[in-house]
Amino acid sequence: MAISVRGVSKRFGEFVALDDVSLEIPSGALTALLGPSGGGKSTLLRIIAGLEKPDAGTVEIAGTDATSLPPQRRNVGFVFQHYAAFKHMTVFKNIAFGLEIRKRPKDEVRKKVNELLELVHIEKFSDRLPAELSGGQRQRMALARALAVEPEVLLLDEPFGALDAQVRKELRAWLRRLHDEVHVTTVFVTHDQEEAMEVADTIALISAGRLEQVGTPDELYDHPANDFVMSFLGPVTTLSGDLVRPHDLELRPTAGTDTTEATVVRVMRLGFEVRVELLVDGHDLWAQVTRETARDLDLEPGRIIHVARATRRQQPDHAGTTG
Amino acid sequence: MGRWIARVIALAYLLLLLVVPVGIVFFRTFRNGFSPFWDAVTTSQAEHAFRVTVEVALFAVVGNTLFGLVAAVLLARHRFPGRGALNALIDLPLAVSPVVVGLALILVYGRFEPIGGFLDDHGVKIIFSLPGMVLATIFVSLPLLARELVPVLQEIGVEQEQAAWTLGASGLQTFRRITLPAIRWALAYGVILTLARALGEFGAVAVVSGGLVGKTQTLTLYVQQEFQNFDPIGAYSASFVLAVIAIAALIVINVLRPKEHS
Amino acid sequence: MTQLDAPVPIAHRPAPASRSVRRSPSGFGLSVGFVTIYLSLIVLIPLGAVVSRSNNHGLSGFWHQVTAPDALSALRLTVVAAALVSAINAVMGTLIAWILVRDRFPGQRVIDALIDLPFALPTIVAGLVLLALYGPNSAIHVSFAYTRPAVVIALLFVTLPFVVRSVQPVLMELDQEMEEAAKSLGASPFTTFRRVVLPNLVPAILAGTALSFARAISEFGSTVLITGNIPNKTEVAAVHIYSQIQSDNVAGAAALSTVLLLVALVALVAFNLIQRWATRRG
Repeated sequence: MAISVRGVSKRFGEFVALDDVSLEIPSGALTALLGPSGGGKSTLLRIIAGLEKPDAGTVEIAGTDATSLPPQRRNVGFVFQHYAAFKHMTVFKNIAFGLEIRKRPKDEVRKKVNELLELVHIEKFSDRLPAELSGGQRQRMALARALAVEPEVLLLDEPFGALDAQVRKELRAWLRRLHDEVHVTTVFVTHDQEEAMEVADTIALISAGRLEQVGTPDELYDHPANDFVMSFLGPVTTLSGDLVRPHDLELRPTAGTDTTEATVVRVMRLGFEVRVELLVDGHDLWAQVTRETARDLDLEPGRIIHVARATRRQQPDHAGTTG
Repeated sequence: MGRWIARVIALAYLLLLLVVPVGIVFFRTFRNGFSPFWDAVTTSQAEHAFRVTVEVALFAVVGNTLFGLVAAVLLARHRFPGRGALNALIDLPLAVSPVVVGLALILVYGRFEPIGGFLDDHGVKIIFSLPGMVLATIFVSLPLLARELVPVLQEIGVEQEQAAWTLGASGLQTFRRITLPAIRWALAYGVILTLARALGEFGAVAVVSGGLVGKTQTLTLYVQQEFQNFDPIGAYSASFVLAVIAIAALIVINVLRPKEHS
Repeated sequence: MTQLDAPVPIAHRPAPASRSVRRSPSGFGLSVGFVTIYLSLIVLIPLGAVVSRSNNHGLSGFWHQVTAPDALSALRLTVVAAALVSAINAVMGTLIAWILVRDRFPGQRVIDALIDLPFALPTIVAGLVLLALYGPNSAIHVSFAYTRPAVVIALLFVTLPFVVRSVQPVLMELDQEMEEAAKSLGASPFTTFRRVVLPNLVPAILAGTALSFARAISEFGSTVLITGNIPNKTEVAAVHIYSQIQSDNVAGAAALSTVLLLVALVALVAFNLIQRWATRRG
């Protein structure tokens, strides 16, 4: 394991940021700490980096107990949401900082920084100040700066949070490719489930200071441990009191043993998909179907239709007993 | 219409209170040409007073710069018991009359007080001597630098420093290579402010110095003495020098101010 | 913050650098020690000595010194003059801030920079400067020298920047659309100022006024030359303390100093409360 977090708790005054969290992060993997704002995921990352001290529990990095080590001696790379660029230094100097602190020979520093500048595609901006870069370029500089010291683990706190949607998408894909190239154990914090699903090998879902579930994106999506995980990872709707994914609902023209009668309230075309709002026994429900299905069923408001649950996906653990 | 009335009243007020009086002093200083001014500021007494002033101010600036930096970092970067008290006490000197500052120092460091007496027995003279004047000047200009630095430190935030830590920089390295460059304009601004205040201090120094001519007389004390000795050109000339220093400080401060936000 | 994400809800946000991540414990201890000793030796112990000396002969001794006719007269003059000066500053300071922010006229930048001059100018020079226009050799032949109005003029000079510099930034930040909205609803410029602008400036005006009161109460240098320091007439509290020190009445000086300290502290506390109130109002 690259990082072992055991029984970590942290409070800020009355507020419980982390409550007895244990997590193993394998070497070389790209792991997302996912969860709603204020859920404790950033605190966990900062505890791994040594920027916060846990009230209880231990942190192990690459097999050594790091719990009481200061951030300087953990050999982690940390990338902040707002870049934390050293504003008075050029891009080159920013990236060279950690190497200069380690008193590496000048030639080695220059060679290494130039490699990194190329790796993150900002070689043209080496002499600029951070203020003269775009947000995306600054974030890549921050990443290069963290990678320069060849850290044991790379920690990224909402790395794309401050960027606009387009740049964010590009950087995500780029981070994934970069990780495939350098293979450093990477942990990043995000509140965006799409981002986590797209980039990470493993997702650890954290909410209200607790670890809800750890697994691959598919495991979390297809086998959510509870309703919270299910609703956090994708759209959900309620059928007879159970959470279901709207695209797991099947609409049929005729009643069957496993169907429920519903009235179509509204039909919305969103490009390829069609969102159908229904009313079942006075409860709202919505289903996501293809345009083809909608056309075949001739869906329009007021029409009676029969809803069944597609069987290919599992429900949250307790759902089977009540459904 | 209302706009014009407002403008006229405000400008007339400033003119009568500020601009014209300062202008008259400048005019009277040079009414008879440059040489009376030059003669007045190059008397040995004036030159000595100038030297004492600069000496006292430099000591005070060095002391308060060190104090201001340390106190500002403590206030902006640490939570510790007594932080609230420090925050409040640092402002205290602003509320104390310069004369009270002088009295307060005499009551501790005067020859007939326990601490002052002890020091005097060991050959350290504080009151009616340079150290007392430095202490008085430090007292009156104590909060200026810290007050400039705290908001700037808070604004730049801790992330750059934390980034430096994760890259292996020690506390001292981080301060020297990251924090200090980031606050350099505010630091310069605060130092100028402290210097201007120190050079111009009158009341507190008047009380603790004894105003011994040729020994502990500063430029401001010299102005008072010359005026009371009915030598207006001496008083005006020394005042002119002090005013020029003050205006130079203002100009530097105005140049520095916009950079705070860049 | 552009994203909805905040690592911890604001109310629970950790201190900028929490206790747990000191750079180095020894450096921290050294810093606290240095600051404590510095403040104690220069500010706290001396001020404590003043307060304790004023009480050397008990409360009655203190009372005796403070109610001596000269002392009482100086104190009364100081408080009344400081109050008057603060009131004038509240009005003129706001007006000056207004023309500096909302008006445009040639020389505005110079005037703006000049506002700080009373802070930068040594107080003895300020006194001398005022004497040039309002003294016996007045350029306009009106002399206030050695009269009580001279006290007011001197205090007005040294406290000029407080209200201006406190109101100016608030006025700059003030949303002009609010005023345009008032005007579009039919309010005259004066009504707009009184009912829309002024209420927003009140905290800043009060804060500046409190600071100028604290400063006026303590003022010494600028009044020395122009008031003539006539006991029972133009002698302000600080000057009275000075003459008590000169005539070796340390108990009297300490007693009056304690009163001045208290009054100035009350003004500063008021200032802090006003600021807190203003922050809460947003």
